[in-house]
Amino acid sequence: MQKVTGELLINKALELLDNGTVNRVLGWKRGEFAYDMTPAVFADAEELKNNFVFNDFCGANFSKYLIAETRKEGKVLVFLKPCDSYSFNQLLTEHRFDREKVYAVGIPCEGMVDISKVKKAAGDGILDIVCENDGLVVKTLYDTDKVIDCKEVLAERCVSCKSRKCVAYDELLGENGDVLDSSRFDEVEKLEKMTEDERYAFWQNELSRCIRCNACRDVCPACTCEKCVFDNPDSGVENKAVSDSFEEKMFHIIRAFHVAGRCTDCGECSRVCPQHIPLHLLNRKFIKDINEFYGDYQAGAEVGSRAPLVNYTVDDLEPSEAVQKGDADNA
Amino acid sequence: MQVKGEYKPLIVAFCCNWCSYAGADLAGNNRLNYPDNVKIIKVPCSCRVNPMFVLRAFQRGADGVILCGCHPGDCHYTSGNYYTRRRMALLFSMLNYLGIEKERTRVEWVSAAEGAKFAATMNEFTEAVAALGENKRLEDLRCKK
Ligand code: SF4
Ligand code: SF4
Ligand code: FES
Repeated sequence: MQKVTGELLINKALELLDNGTVNRVLGWKRGEFAYDMTPAVFADAEELKNNFVFNDFCGANFSKYLIAETRKEGKVLVFLKPCDSYSFNQLLTEHRFDREKVYAVGIPCEGMVDISKVKKAAGDGILDIVCENDGLVVKTLYDTDKVIDCKEVLAERCVSCKSRKCVAYDELLGENGDVLDSSRFDEVEKLEKMTEDERYAFWQNELSRCIRCNACRDVCPACTCEKCVFDNPDSGVENKAVSDSFEEKMFHIIRAFHVAGRCTDCGECSRVCPQHIPLHLLNRKFIKDINEFYGDYQAGAEVGSRAPLVNYTVDDLEPSEAVQKGDADNA
Repeated sequence: MQVKGEYKPLIVAFCCNWCSYAGADLAGNNRLNYPDNVKIIKVPCSCRVNPMFVLRAFQRGADGVILCGCHPGDCHYTSGNYYTRRRMALLFSMLNYLGIEKERTRVEWVSAAEGAKFAATMNEFTEAVAALGENKRLEDLRCKK
């Protein structure tokens, strides 16, 4: 259950609209289903009062939306959860939007829930979900209402959350949290300890499910090129379902590589993947390697830091040494 | 790649124009032997090699990919090879993480004066790749003849 309520956010938004600080608000509204909170732009008070929601399903990170929003007239209000604020900083570092045209309100986050875990716990035929103090009350077609503890259905990225600290805001609602000592590399380490064949089998199984919907790329606040390599008609891999096992590997290696050193580990890619491919395990491998090879680096922790792949030192390790490091066969 | 019944690995070697390509030239001038199944692709600088090039080479049938550039500190463009070093460290580590044989990729620094090193590197790398056999894990079946 979130500590800040939708009501609190609505009031803040109304106040800022009213005093003219902003002329529109980026927020969440209910989509098709009770657990489907979609990003929306609210321009007037009525709309805001009727449709704005904030609950345990508001995972969407708004930072990327600011690229398009800041090209419009006037200031926009954006609510940033701690992980969103890292993306916000990263985008500023890359000069992707105009800071002057945004009013950012930081909000604390208690972790968002993963609907597939809720479905597993509550069964099929979900009619409605109400987020209450002691958890989620799930109404289904078949059963009496079920109460599920949010802690048990937290999204993976929130279980291993790296930081509860908002790193960018004009104003903060509630208390700021801390950078956490997270367990986010545990899964990566497990994979590193496997043999080459086991790792190959693991990834083959995961990546072969990819349907190349490109949702992971589209949602990623680090993937902001107007023209993407995967849209290039000469690339042979443009916007289409994979037809060979090479393509799925190439897509995933290149997607992850292009955000290496810039990925803030916000977890949006894994959240939106309809095939539940653990994309964060690719990103985190790069993050872990970067930390180990070139010193700890957290993308988005501050504005203006130099990303590790556009930097070097004269005595960096050699690629052959790098490969040995991540290899359990030699451990 | 299958050449006349007997298996010879296809090696793609990206060589920078200023050092390694000249190194390969020197190897030739000195009549040093290295396998003819090493296909050299000349690039202006080792940092011209985008990770996609490496994967593409595998897609089109390479069994091993090697990048050669000037020694760190000697890049014609001052710092290109320092970037290459970071990129390839991460890329190769990722390939290894996906279970793709780590012996199939390599970076080697070869200067224009090191013809002998060039030939020795190619001999050794070709042998290492030959021991692994054909590239199956990163191949594209549609590119097979
Ligand atoms: S790669 Fe995934 S975790 Fe990283 S910034 Fe993009 S969406 Fe977020
Ligand atoms: S979101 Fe999932 S299925 Fe869609 S392209 Fe990305 S990995 Fe593939
Ligand atoms: S010119 Fe040789 S590595 Fe840059």
